[in-house]
Amino acid sequence: MEALIATAIGALTASGLYLMLRQRTFPLILGLTLISYAVNLFLFASGRLVTGLPAIIAKDAPGYTDPLPQALVLTAIVISFGMTAVIVLMSLGAWLSGGHDRTDMDEAE
Amino acid sequence: MTLALIAALPFLGALLPGLAIRAGRTACATLTGAVTATALLLLALEAPAVLSGETVTTRIDWLPALGLNANFRLDGLGLLFAGLILGIGLLIILYARFYLSKSDPMGVFFTYLMLFQGAMVGIVLSDNILLLLIFWELTSLSSFLLIGYWKHLAEGRQGARMALAVTGGGGLALIAGMLILGNIAGSYDLSVILTQKEAIQSSDWYLPALILILLGCFTKSAQFPFHFWLPHAMAAPTPVSAYLHSATMVKAGIFLMARLWPVLAGTPEWFWIVTTTGLITLLIGAKIAFFKDDLKALLAFSTVSHLGLITMLLGMGTAKAATVAIFHILNHATFKAALFMTAGIVDHETHTRDLRRLGGLRHRMPVTFTIALIASLSMAGLPPFNGFLSKEMMLEEAAHTSLGPAWLLPLLATVAALWSVAYSFRFLSHAFLGPKRCDIPHPPQDPGFGLWAAPALLALLVILIGLAPMTTAAWLVDSAATATIGATTEAYITHWHGLGSPALWMSLAAIGGGFALLAGFPRLRALWDATPKPEAKRLFDATIAPLAAAARTITRTLHDGALTRAIAIGTAAIAATAAYAFATATHAPGTRPPLPVQTVPVIAWLLLMAATLGVALLHRNRLLALLLTGIIGLITSLAFAWLSAPDLALTQITVEVVTVILMLLALNFLPKETPRESTAPRRTRDAVIAIAAGTGIGALAYAIMTRDFAFPPISAYHLAQSKPGAGGTNAVNTIIVDFRGYDTFGEIIVLGIAALLIYALADQLLNPGPANDRLRGLLPNRDRAGDRHPLLMVMATRFLLPLALMIGVFLYLRGHNLPGGGFVAGLVVAIAIVLQYMASGLAWSEARQRIDHHALIAAGILIAAGAGVGAWAFGARFLSSSYTYVTIWPFETFELATAAIFDLGVFFCVLGAVLLTLNTLSRLARRAGETRSDDPYSIDPPPAPPQEAR
Repeated sequence: MEALIATAIGALTASGLYLMLRQRTFPLILGLTLISYAVNLFLFASGRLVTGLPAIIAKDAPGYTDPLPQALVLTAIVISFGMTAVIVLMSLGAWLSGGHDRTDMDEAE
Repeated sequence: MTLALIAALPFLGALLPGLAIRAGRTACATLTGAVTATALLLLALEAPAVLSGETVTTRIDWLPALGLNANFRLDGLGLLFAGLILGIGLLIILYARFYLSKSDPMGVFFTYLMLFQGAMVGIVLSDNILLLLIFWELTSLSSFLLIGYWKHLAEGRQGARMALAVTGGGGLALIAGMLILGNIAGSYDLSVILTQKEAIQSSDWYLPALILILLGCFTKSAQFPFHFWLPHAMAAPTPVSAYLHSATMVKAGIFLMARLWPVLAGTPEWFWIVTTTGLITLLIGAKIAFFKDDLKALLAFSTVSHLGLITMLLGMGTAKAATVAIFHILNHATFKAALFMTAGIVDHETHTRDLRRLGGLRHRMPVTFTIALIASLSMAGLPPFNGFLSKEMMLEEAAHTSLGPAWLLPLLATVAALWSVAYSFRFLSHAFLGPKRCDIPHPPQDPGFGLWAAPALLALLVILIGLAPMTTAAWLVDSAATATIGATTEAYITHWHGLGSPALWMSLAAIGGGFALLAGFPRLRALWDATPKPEAKRLFDATIAPLAAAARTITRTLHDGALTRAIAIGTAAIAATAAYAFATATHAPGTRPPLPVQTVPVIAWLLLMAATLGVALLHRNRLLALLLTGIIGLITSLAFAWLSAPDLALTQITVEVVTVILMLLALNFLPKETPRESTAPRRTRDAVIAIAAGTGIGALAYAIMTRDFAFPPISAYHLAQSKPGAGGTNAVNTIIVDFRGYDTFGEIIVLGIAALLIYALADQLLNPGPANDRLRGLLPNRDRAGDRHPLLMVMATRFLLPLALMIGVFLYLRGHNLPGGGFVAGLVVAIAIVLQYMASGLAWSEARQRIDHHALIAAGILIAAGAGVGAWAFGARFLSSSYTYVTIWPFETFELATAAIFDLGVFFCVLGAVLLTLNTLSRLARRAGETRSDDPYSIDPPPAPPQEAR
């Protein structure tokens, strides 16, 4: 299972970076989204993978998963939504006021 | 606490002018002055204790582990300097109020001035040398702002840059020197350092520390060969020059030399370096000042010269010389501030500062002339003014100190005094004396009281100290000198040292020689103009230019405005560094047993990999790429669910829904296709970089996952304390709302700010302008579904709404003990409401919306803050939580926790932020011509009105 998660993280990062290297805003946003999946998974994986173990305290629990990375990733997911939304609006603003959605500055500018 | 307050007051005051300027310039100046006056008053209240020999201290632990503490001390030396800084600061504020013209932004000026004042007060009150260094750097930065205040003047900007480069560079040396000093002494507190004279002077590191510290002091106090920045700083408005170069900025170096005098002075190294530098500066400054035509440049070089004088006195290393130095600091501050202000008045009234174009001003400006007369005679060292007293004492000291041959120092000191008489008289005679001139650019007259009040007061001080030094100044000088030397001392200041005193004859020679020089000015001037001189600014620029060019080349190569280039370079650099680190280290395979691979996860993994690859390959079809991204998000949430993280799975899936909706709304405006722009080699390059980075991250993740924790994770504590400490069984939730509640509090604030930022950005786009025009012309012809609000969907969503709300409430309530919580609940409710928008239309939904989204965000943050502050009422810390169990028949026993109030805040904030974000995009759509439909089942496009029969 570890190999699957690791390859997924690697593929998401690679794909995300490739999209961020395209010169338009929309692929950039998608790329950032992919990278935030990868980062969240990475942080989560730093608590090591376990299946079937709760983070809920109970007398008869067989053991626990690591709750701390989960708590951190949970807030990270919500924050990354907020940041994505800001970038989306910035790219809309750039497209509407500049008339193009290129991310690189023109030579003339 | 008082000392910390005195140092903090100017910084707090720096916030006021920007607000007060709306009430007018006088209100602004008054308020700024009131802050300084308060600080001065607090200082005065401490003065009696200090003058009776006490050292007042305030100690606040800041970073004790680093030895950095907010420790302040006030002794005689600090009192003298703080008094000068605040007292003259008050006068400068008054003067600046009338000096600045209507077009100068006064609020900004006073803000900079107060920042600077606070930094200076901080330097002289610091007991901790690390704290002192912080304030020291702050003076460099704030003086940069002040000197460059007139941003439109090239000289102002260049002068400010030069001052920053020189004093900032010296500051770096000072940091190194002070760290060495602190290490030798074993403490960063002056109160300890000052007792370690033997240890410091016998240390091998004494000389490096001394040189580094002196570099800091010499650059700040404009000592040769660093004196060149000071005249260029004259491009600042005159109030700034008067403040920086009389009592503050340039005196900081002097102050530090005096402060560290007990432990650094007295060695041959100190004597030779400091005395020689001071002497050279004294001579060079005085000579150049004589030939300057610009009033302020003349004063600037005279300041350089007087600073040299004080440095020389400190360098002599005797208690008596140090006392004279202290006395001269006081005198120089009074007459030089007055002179700068007078020069400013002349400039203000005649519109020129050029001595060649001035003359005879005494007829038209009698008041200004009187002030200038008193101050410049004091600067020249003529009796009975205060400058005379300290100059006589200086000459007396010089006569008894030998630098090489016994006659050398007295002779050179006399020569310097002679030049200073000459430039003082030139200032006076070429501007004010002589016949009335009619060719002055602007007919001069005395300014209003506001402008001359401050210099007049200073001139009065010059006279008072001059006439009765023992009553007006000796007590302060004694106190400051005692603190400087570290032993009780009493100054005996007198006008008459007796006929046998060498100082008398040296003085007389200086005055006579000065007059002779002035008489021969035209011929000397021709000679001066004919001699080649090193142009400091050109040398400085020549040194800086290659550095700046190199910096520019590097920046332009790495960061040419192309985002993709910056990302590529950054990623490649990180990947290469990581690869190098990996290749040069040894590795052992991980020992943690992996989880067994199962069929269903493998299928999900295949889907995820396919979708990930698909996004990269097919990204030019934007809608398709977005859908694939949605799939990836779904599989991610499944992975969370599979790997024992139900809370994450819930959050991920709900966030996924709102993210996709958001992007769909945005895509509505954007082009639907990404054009193929990059060449094949470029795409290959990008792919190589991306794959390298991806491989690295993946391998790193694998390496981590296949190894056990290097240290026992702190999670054990959270698991153990979740129930007894926080009262909840869901450890993830108790971490979020309780253990790390402060983090979460910050995060919801960030989320709220993000939503408000989005709203504000959209507002900007909706203002008249190109963006608005483009929006208006965007949407009209588009294929649309026939029924705009499908009946089935409308009915279904309305039935679902109460159900969805209930699930939201349920998730919120159970969050403390089972998967759920404020974040998920907020997202679920937001989705339920967004569904209404989509199904029944914006107008229909908004008509039924009672609470503003902004208010929801604010309420959320306030509730969360309230839950945190509420803990104070019970004597607990911010965000401490408490819980209890309640039984209400016939229900089961349930838990009430204050953390639930906090989670409610999270809930509201998340709800408000998500709704505000999505609603904002709808606002854009409406501007783009999306019609409002008040009828919930409207047909789109609306049926055409029946056509008239032809």
